[in-house]
Amino acid sequence: MQSLISLFQAAVVFGTVIMFGCIGEIITEKAGNLNLGVPGIMYLGGIASLASVFIYEGSTKDPSPVVCVLLALVSSFAASALGGLVYAFLTITLKANQNVTGLTLTIFGSGVANFFGGSLNTLAGRFEQVAVPVTSAAFRKTSMLSGIPVIGKLFFSYGFMVYLAIIIAVLTHFFMNHTRRGLNLRTVGENPAAADAAGINVNRNKYLAICIGAGISGFGGAYYVMDYIKGTWANDGSIENLGWLAVALVIFTTWKSKNAIWGAYLFGILFWMFLYIPGLTRSSQELFKMLPYAVTVIVLIITSLKNSRDKQPPAALGLPYFREER
Amino acid sequence: MSSTALSIKNLSKYFGSVCANDHVSLDIYKGEILALLGENGSGKTSLMNMLSGIYFPDEGQIFADGKEVCIRSPKDAYALGIGMVHQHFKLVDVFSASENLILGIDPSKPLDRKKINQELKTICDRYGFEIDPDKKVYDMSVSEKQTLEIIKTLYRGANVLILDEPTAVLTPQETERLFSVIKNMKKDGKTVIIITHKLHEVLEISDRVAILRKGAYVGCIETAKADESKLTEMMMGEKVTLNIERPEIKDKKLRLSVKDLCCKDAEGRDHLKNISFDLYSGEIFGIAGISGCGQKELLEAIAGLQPAVSGSSIKYFRDSEDEATELIGKTPRAIRNMGVHLSFVPEDRLGMGLVGSMGMTDNMMLKDYDSGKLFFTNRRKPGELAARIKKELDVVTPGLQTPVRRLSGGNVQKVLVGREISADPTVLMTAYAVRGLDINTSYTIYKLLNEQKKKGTAIIFVGEDLDVMLELCDRILVLNAGKCAGITDGRKITKEEIGLMMTGSERKQDEH
Repeated sequence: MQSLISLFQAAVVFGTVIMFGCIGEIITEKAGNLNLGVPGIMYLGGIASLASVFIYEGSTKDPSPVVCVLLALVSSFAASALGGLVYAFLTITLKANQNVTGLTLTIFGSGVANFFGGSLNTLAGRFEQVAVPVTSAAFRKTSMLSGIPVIGKLFFSYGFMVYLAIIIAVLTHFFMNHTRRGLNLRTVGENPAAADAAGINVNRNKYLAICIGAGISGFGGAYYVMDYIKGTWANDGSIENLGWLAVALVIFTTWKSKNAIWGAYLFGILFWMFLYIPGLTRSSQELFKMLPYAVTVIVLIITSLKNSRDKQPPAALGLPYFREER
Repeated sequence: MSSTALSIKNLSKYFGSVCANDHVSLDIYKGEILALLGENGSGKTSLMNMLSGIYFPDEGQIFADGKEVCIRSPKDAYALGIGMVHQHFKLVDVFSASENLILGIDPSKPLDRKKINQELKTICDRYGFEIDPDKKVYDMSVSEKQTLEIIKTLYRGANVLILDEPTAVLTPQETERLFSVIKNMKKDGKTVIIITHKLHEVLEISDRVAILRKGAYVGCIETAKADESKLTEMMMGEKVTLNIERPEIKDKKLRLSVKDLCCKDAEGRDHLKNISFDLYSGEIFGIAGISGCGQKELLEAIAGLQPAVSGSSIKYFRDSEDEATELIGKTPRAIRNMGVHLSFVPEDRLGMGLVGSMGMTDNMMLKDYDSGKLFFTNRRKPGELAARIKKELDVVTPGLQTPVRRLSGGNVQKVLVGREISADPTVLMTAYAVRGLDINTSYTIYKLLNEQKKKGTAIIFVGEDLDVMLELCDRILVLNAGKCAGITDGRKITKEEIGLMMTGSERKQDEH
């Protein structure tokens, strides 16, 4: 029982990182842009929050937790949205290939983040790790409800970002399906020519979706840095792995953000399961870590076999749009 | 005449070095039905696209109600009351009818699906449309999609409706219904512009005809004073006699015998069900039907591209009736290696027929690139063939190496038909051979087919223009939702009879 609870807790924390990445990417893809720069954007979000808070905590004697959290979130959103803006400019205005641009952004983001992450470690002192204790504590602060036995542990033992992710997922779902603006955005991703003919500004929708989507993806990076690894920095490429899982999760959810809520936790369970199965060797652990990807492949096969029109990617995903094209 | 709704002055549009519209000036009056007539490629659609905000004019002015306006986007056009139904529908497949209806309108309003459905119903009742507001577009027939597009423009408050080739995909009965709706809209005070190249429709529905030729405005004429030959003359710039030859069949021999052909799609639904017919040398065998009724599958099954259900049989007869070869279950290459001269001009010219990014020479090579013995390819023979086709069929291209996708639709088709005919086929299959072609090119293609017919080739002609099919084909097989609704004599049957066979009651039963 105890190990099941701790597996669930690990899965929720893990799932929250990729849920942010996934919802951001769903918003982007609904506008018809496949942004493979999610890992890079999560890197940018992570390092921006860490760096800004590190400077703030170092410069004041008595840093306020509220300011810390706000600063971390705002700078993470801004840096990621900026990354998204670069991607949007290249793919929308200059009509560059989306896949290549996205992959480049991933390489760029991880390079920038690891460069500054290393610098922060150096700044923190030769043998020390960068640390932002006040912010990290604020991010990991749990409510009083966590005291309730079992239920408190299962549902209330997390920092606020876990619930923020769920709220964003629900809001995104509502926006996409129950508002006219959401319908317009989906039209841009399904059939930009139809959107244009209906008087919807295709480029503005795409720019906004990509930048906001990137900002939300970036929260995943901030959460990873502040909660998952407790306000430190590690140059080990694990954000990149999580970013790719977020992209896989988009396919798993069949582009519906409400599915991301349970999908992300399921990925978390699948990812951590190896720790809770006794008697695994190192190599068979690696096999278990493959599970989330294997499940994505299976979901892809099932949805394409069933050929359900409502479960397909946006029809114009990955295609540039040019109004006067003949 | 009443006052002008729209007025165009010296409008020009260029695509690179190609001039789509050359200083066109035209007045459109309130409450009239104006037909915009011209051959394919004469700039009708691009002119209207400038009114609807899809293209921005390079030169010239547009006046609405006497005031000069600048239409930068479809939104601007709607603000002026101009709505266009494009030939390629601008609908979102995964949305329902009512969701498509409100796209782009009042983004800050709540999405109240019930209210929208109600508004949709009001418009339907007023003009006589029928549509299910919750039906997803991917479940709709072509005519339903078109209806939805028209409702969309009306919902946006359009007073000037532009319909781009609205009848191209409709059956005769659906066309009738569309025309009655257009007349209803006229009664309601709307201005309707119909882009078309079908003369009899112009004469039937319009009040006035404006004619474009090679991007330039030729003139305007009251429909009451026009007739077919006069319109053709204005359209083509010269007097032409348009009639399609139908030589008598000589030396009739059995070539192909299709028995109980059934094909299923991936989900096990029937594409084709129990199709049987015999094809003879020297005849043109027409296949009519609403698009997507199994025409493609039928041709592909004969060409060896579509797997057939067991029990089906397609027999090919070389010289006499006892020398039969079974084609089912063989690949196109195996069929060719057996010495069966089968040529196929598919519907999707640049997808299945030719490689768009390759030049004429390379496209000729596709069929016999492996015929030489050497390791290297031999370009000389395909090059000669390409040069010959270019000369004989008058293909307009900067060079044999120019990627074929840069050629106009008519020239692409000439390259494809030329290649297929050059293989000396005994059976020639064509799908929508003249789709998107201008009249001259269309008649060139008809002539080529008739030449093949006289040579004794058996020709299968899948067509959409029933008027043409009735003049060209010896026999016509009518498909109705994958089933054969009958094989008729092209010399005796009428258009209305074929139309009824195409939409027979069996279709309805199938859907429910």
